[in-house]
Amino acid sequence: MKGARLATLAVWLLAVALALSVVARARFSADLSAFLPRTPSATQQLLVDQLQNGLAAHLILIGIEGGDAVQRAQAARALDASLSAQSAFLAVNDGDAAGAERDRAFVFAHRYALGPAVTPDRFTVAGLHAALEQSLDDLIGSPAGLLAKALLMSDPTGETLQIIDQLDAGGAPHSEQGVWSSADGQRALLIAETRAAGSDTDGQARALALIKSSFAAAAPASGQLRLLLSGPAVFAVAARATIEHEAKRLSIVSSVLIATLLLLVYRSVTTLLLGLLPVVSGALTGVAAVALGAGVVHGVTLGFGITLIGESVDYSIYLFVQSHRGIDRGPLQVPARLWPTIGLGMLTSVCGFASLLPSSFPGLAQLGLYSIAGLIAAAAVTRWVLPQLLPQRLRMRDLAPFGAAAARLLSKLRGLGVVVIVLGLASAAFLYFHRGQLWNRDLAALSPVAASAQALDGELRSELGAPDISNLVVISGQDQESVLQRAETVSRRLDSLVATGEIGGYDSPSRYLPSRSTQAARLASLPDAVTLRQRLGAATASLPLRPEALQEFVRAVEAARSDAPLDRTALEHTSLALALDALLWRQAGHWYALLPLRANRSGPAGGDIDIGRVRAALSANPPGTVVALNMKQETDALYGSYLREAVRLSLCGLGAIILLLAVVLRSAARVARVIVPLALAVLVVGAGLILSNVQLTILHLIGLLLIVAVGSNYALFFDQRASAGSRADLPLTLASLLVANAATAIGFGVLAFSRVPVLSALGMTVAPGALLALWFSALLGPRALFVDAPAPSRA
Amino acid sequence: MRRERRWSALPATLAAIALLATPALEAPTIAADDPGALEPLMALLAQRRHGIADFEETQYLAALKQPLHSAGVLTYEAPDHLEQRTLKPRARSMVLDQGMLRLQSGSRQRTLRLRDYPEIAPLIDSVRATLAGDQAALEQRFELRLQGDLDHWQLQLRPREPKLAAMVQHIRIAGERDAILQVEVQQSDGDRSLMIIKPRE
Repeated sequence: MKGARLATLAVWLLAVALALSVVARARFSADLSAFLPRTPSATQQLLVDQLQNGLAAHLILIGIEGGDAVQRAQAARALDASLSAQSAFLAVNDGDAAGAERDRAFVFAHRYALGPAVTPDRFTVAGLHAALEQSLDDLIGSPAGLLAKALLMSDPTGETLQIIDQLDAGGAPHSEQGVWSSADGQRALLIAETRAAGSDTDGQARALALIKSSFAAAAPASGQLRLLLSGPAVFAVAARATIEHEAKRLSIVSSVLIATLLLLVYRSVTTLLLGLLPVVSGALTGVAAVALGAGVVHGVTLGFGITLIGESVDYSIYLFVQSHRGIDRGPLQVPARLWPTIGLGMLTSVCGFASLLPSSFPGLAQLGLYSIAGLIAAAAVTRWVLPQLLPQRLRMRDLAPFGAAAARLLSKLRGLGVVVIVLGLASAAFLYFHRGQLWNRDLAALSPVAASAQALDGELRSELGAPDISNLVVISGQDQESVLQRAETVSRRLDSLVATGEIGGYDSPSRYLPSRSTQAARLASLPDAVTLRQRLGAATASLPLRPEALQEFVRAVEAARSDAPLDRTALEHTSLALALDALLWRQAGHWYALLPLRANRSGPAGGDIDIGRVRAALSANPPGTVVALNMKQETDALYGSYLREAVRLSLCGLGAIILLLAVVLRSAARVARVIVPLALAVLVVGAGLILSNVQLTILHLIGLLLIVAVGSNYALFFDQRASAGSRADLPLTLASLLVANAATAIGFGVLAFSRVPVLSALGMTVAPGALLALWFSALLGPRALFVDAPAPSRA
Repeated sequence: MRRERRWSALPATLAAIALLATPALEAPTIAADDPGALEPLMALLAQRRHGIADFEETQYLAALKQPLHSAGVLTYEAPDHLEQRTLKPRARSMVLDQGMLRLQSGSRQRTLRLRDYPEIAPLIDSVRATLAGDQAALEQRFELRLQGDLDHWQLQLRPREPKLAAMVQHIRIAGERDAILQVEVQQSDGDRSLMIIKPRE
C-alpha cells in the first residue's frame, strides 16, 4: 500500500518535472498568428503574408507633437540622423531637403531607364517634335522660365517630369520647416523601415525601444515634445505587451480571489495548498501539451488558461467538501459516486473543448488542447495523487450547515422553476427576433489593438501618404525579373482601368525598379549622338527652339545608351528604395510584387473599387500568379469562415456531450434533466449579452459552449443524487457545488475585465453562464432535491 | 515613404504671377532713392482689395529663336486669391487660393500646396507681404530698393536666400500709386521676362 502510494507520487512528480522542462523550452508568441488560419488557402496565404511580412509590415510611422514647428523639425532631423546610423533600420526618412535632393538627382540621372514614355517612337523626328512642343508649352505662363527652362535644355522630352508625375500620384506629405508634417502643420512626421521582419516581434520591440531612446536624446529637455508611434510593428509589440501583462495580472487576481475564497471555506492553509495542486499540475500539463502539439504557445492561450484555474480547482473542492465528515466524526470518506460523477463531468468538458481542436483559428485550437490536457491532468491528480497526500483528519470547516441552509433556500425557491423556463423561452424568442444582429462580423472585434491606436494609425498613414492596402494586386513568381515583368504587364492593364475610371490609380514596384528587359528596351530605343542631332535639327525646324541649345540633352542620351541596368543597390539612400522594398520582396524562395490600388473618388463605384472588375481585367494572366484582393473582404471572409466553423464545431461539441451523457446515463429523461437547464442558461446569457449591446463574436460562441461543458458538472451531481435516491449527503453536495461554482465564476469573471477582447468575451459569457447553470440545474432539478430538505446536520 | 519629388517650374511661375497680379496704370518715372517712401507705398498697396487687368508677357530666352509672347487676364482678390488666365497662344490657367495652387493646361490639372515648396515659398510669401503691405516680412526675404515717388515708383527686390538668388538676380516692379503696371524678372543666366499690365477700369 505504501509502495503504491510512493509509486503514484513518483509518477506525478516525474510528470510535473517533464512538463516543467517542456514549458521551460517552449516558444511563446504574441503576434497576429493566433488569429490567422493554420491551413490557409492560396488567397488567405497572401493575406497572411501581407499582415506578417508584406507591404508596410515593417514600416514604423512616427509623429512628433507639441512645442513649436522649429523644435519639432529639429527633433525630427536629430531623430532621423540618429536612427539612420543604427543597423536596426534599413531606412529612415523625415522628408528633409537633402533626401529630396538625392531623389531628384537619382531620377534625373536615370531618367531614360526609369521613364515610362521612353520608346523608339519618342526619339523619331515626329516624336521629338511633339515632346519639344509640349516642353515649350510649359514655358508659357511661366514668365521667369526658371526650372522649366533648365529642364528644357537637359531633358526637353520631359522624361523626368513624367517619372515624377507617376511617382507622385499618391500625394506627397506636407512639409514644414523642411521636414514632413501633418496637414495642419502641428505634427512633424518620419517614417522608418526596420530591418526586422514584421513577424519578428522581438526585433520590432528592440527597434521601437531604439526610437524611443533616440527621441529622448533628440528632444529638448523641456519635455514639450511628444512622440507618436504607429504601424503594424507597434501594434504587434503593444498587443504582446497587453496580452502578457493581462495574462499575468488576471491570473494573479483570480488566483488571489480563489485562494481567498478557499481559505474562507477550508480555514486551513494546508488544505488550500493541497487543493491548488491539481490546478498547478493541470496548467503545467496544458502549456506543455500545447508546446508539444503546436510548437508555439500563443500569448492568448495563456490568457485563456486562466479559465482553467476556475474549473480545475472544482475537482478538489468536490473531493474535500463532500468527503469531509466533520472534524469530530472520523476520517475522510470519499462518497462512492464521487469519482464517476467527477469523471463524467470532466469528460463532458473534454468533449466541449475537443470540438475546438480541429478549428482553423489557431487560438481556439490551442485553447482546446490546453484545456483538455489541463482538465485531464487536474482530474487525475485529484483522483490519484491528492488522496495519497491528504492527512487522516482534514482540518477544515464543516460546510454541512451552509449546504443545509442552501437546500432550504432552494426548497423555497422551487416554484421559480417555471420562471426559469419562461425566462429561457423568452430569451429564445428575443434571440430569434434579433437573429440578424447577433454576430459581429468584423475581425477587428477580436483585435487586441485599441480603437484609439487604430485611429492614430489611420491619421499618420494618410498624412504620410503611406500606402493604403485595402485593395491590391499581388504578383508572385520564381525570380525578381519575372515578377517585375509581370508587374509591368499588369500595370498596362491597370492603366486602361485608370483610363476608364474604374480605379483612380495604382502603385507598382516596376515604377521604382523596372525589369531589366524593360530597362534594356528603353535604353536601346535611344539614338546615337549623330542621329539624334540630325533628328533634332529636323524636329526644331518649325519650332522657336534653337537645336544648339540642346547639347546637354544629346550628351545625356549618348551617355545613357551605355548605362548598365539599374538594380536594387542603385536605389540605396533614396526614398525609391524604401518604396520598392515595400512593394517587392522575397519570401520562402518566391518573389512577390504588390500593386496597391487607389479608388477613383468620382468613379462608377463611388469611391470604392469593384475588385471583381479588376480581377476580370487581369484574368489573362496565368492562374495563381496574379491575384487581386480586397483586404477587408478577405479578412471578413476569413473571419466569417471562422465563425461558421465555430458554429459547426460547437454543435458537434454539444452533440458529443449529449451522446456521452446518453451512453453513460442510459436514459433520455436523465440526459434531458442535465441538458435542459444548461440550454436555458445559454439562451439567457446570449439574450443578456445582446441586451447589453454586446455583439457576439466567435469567442462569445465558444463561451456559450463552455457554459454547457462546465455547467454539466453541476447538473450531473444533481442527477446523480436524484438517481442514487439518497438525500443524506445533499447539504455537502450542495455546499461543494456552490463553492466550486463560485471559484469558476471568479476565474471567468476576472477574465471579463480584460482589455484583450478575446479574453473578456469569454469571461463575460462563461461567468454569468456558470452561475445560471448551477441555479437553473438546481431549480429544475429532480424532486428528490427538494423534498424534506434535512435540518442542519450539526443541530 | 514618398518624398517631395516635384520640381516642376510651376511654383516658380506662381511667384511671378503673384508679383504681377496687382493692377497698374502707367510706367514709373525714376527718382532718387527714397527709403522713407516705402512705408506710405506699402500702406497704399495694402488698401487695394481687388483688381482685374489684361497682361501681355514676353520671354527673352537664349534657347529660343525668337521671344515667346503670351497674353491673358490677371485677377486679384485681397488678401490671398490670385489668378493668371493665359488665353494666347494656348489656354492655361493658374489659380492661387489660400495657399493652394491649381494649375490647368488642356486636360492636365494639378493642385499643389504652396508651403510644400520651401525653396519657392519665401518668394511667394514675400509677394503676399507686398500685397498686404507687410514691409517687415518683405525685407526679411529681399533687399528692397525703392526709386521714384508714390505717383511713379519702381521697387527692386533682390533675393537674400542663396537658392533663390541662384535663379533670380532681381525682380523689378514698377507702378503708380496702388497700381502695378510692369514686372520684369531678370534671371541670373541673362534670360529675362517682361510683363506689361493694363488694368481694366
